[in-house]
Amino acid sequence: MRRIKTLFMSLLTFVLAIPGLALAAGGGGAPVVIVADTRKLDGVLAWWANLYNESHLQFAVLTIILIPLVGVIFGVIADIVMNWIGIDLKSRELAEH
Amino acid sequence: MEWLYILMPIAGVKIFWPGLIILGVGVGIIGGFFGMGGAWMVTPGLNILGFPMAFAIGTDIAHMAGKSLISTMRHGKFGNVDYKLGMIMLVGTVVGFEVGAQMVMWLERMGNVEKVVRWIYIALLAAIAWMVFHDVAKRREKERLAAARGEKLEAGATGVEWHKALHKIKIPPMVHLKEAGVYCSAWLPIFVSFATGWLAGILGIGGGLIRMPALIYLIGCPTHVAVGTDLFEVMISGLYGAATYTYKGRTELVAAMIMLVGASVGAQVGAVATKYIKGYGIRIAFGLAVVGCALSILMKLVQPWVPQFKDALDTSATVLVLGLVSGMSLYIFIRMIQGVKMELARKKAA
Repeated sequence: MRRIKTLFMSLLTFVLAIPGLALAAGGGGAPVVIVADTRKLDGVLAWWANLYNESHLQFAVLTIILIPLVGVIFGVIADIVMNWIGIDLKSRELAEH
Repeated sequence: MEWLYILMPIAGVKIFWPGLIILGVGVGIIGGFFGMGGAWMVTPGLNILGFPMAFAIGTDIAHMAGKSLISTMRHGKFGNVDYKLGMIMLVGTVVGFEVGAQMVMWLERMGNVEKVVRWIYIALLAAIAWMVFHDVAKRREKERLAAARGEKLEAGATGVEWHKALHKIKIPPMVHLKEAGVYCSAWLPIFVSFATGWLAGILGIGGGLIRMPALIYLIGCPTHVAVGTDLFEVMISGLYGAATYTYKGRTELVAAMIMLVGASVGAQVGAVATKYIKGYGIRIAFGLAVVGCALSILMKLVQPWVPQFKDALDTSATVLVLGLVSGMSLYIFIRMIQGVKMELARKKAA
């Protein structure tokens, strides 16, 4: 028990000491700028590519809103279908073997 | 057949969109079943479909966030997600990941770190595979011994029980993790999540492949709760990753959305399949997936020693990964269908 405690404490000390070393290293390279070619696009795709070219922030915010939203919509649809089939989606038996 | 291809507005390449849906279904099933993001499977798949590497990672992470949200919702309803444990571990994971990523930059200045990192990855995967199969063998041995005494092991009994030694450390504050059925020092999940996050940061992976076995063998979660809680973590880190990659302009949302159509169905199939497969079935399949992943990396690593086989090894690695995705998702799908059939038959008989 004492050995486990000593090992745990030394690992904890090691882990707490790492951030200082690592953060001191800093980092980061030269940013590469990618521009979307909107000439072949029209409609929503053209608007989307233009948004990308104009503001990465707005593009990122919209992406982060859209992904969970679409995920939830598809998830709920799949729930409805599985419920309709008759699968019990609220309980399960927890067993390892 | 032009209609089968769609122009990606940001990357500017035409992609075979049914391929994106099929890939989404496959990794969705595996992700929902094992509780991982599955970047190691998606990246070669996206490459084959003609995706530029600059967008492959961001697009993968973006679809991963949506997919794991769906799986977490499903596992949450089954009671497989320990949100308290997930929140505690999130802190350690984020800090550990950042420290790991910074350490890679630090190591890069000292020399070529890429190969070292890949060898560490191989060693880690070998250790995980050993851990899983050692546990399975130990459990079978316990079962044999119990049968010799004329007894039967309880449903929740496991092979290795390293977590029990770790639970004896009583450094305050102590926490009770209800869904996981664990009472331990809060420092244990913090330390485990920091270590797994740190490794993930160094290796440049999401971390589900390391965190899932860590939750089982070090924290002591039942397999199903480890899968669900890991997916909760993948969801949060996926959203964070998607935000940073998108802000850097490296996400192709159209491709992520198309993949999500397939992944949302696959994630539900994978999550529901865990209902019909016992913990050790999941552990064995997970061990096989880890072996496949290790072999595919090994095929890339040995190329400098056998340059004449470079193309053959590259092709074999891709075939292995995609074969593994197809084979495993098919197996999980079939088991789910069998389980549903049995459940419906039972309901009809009742």
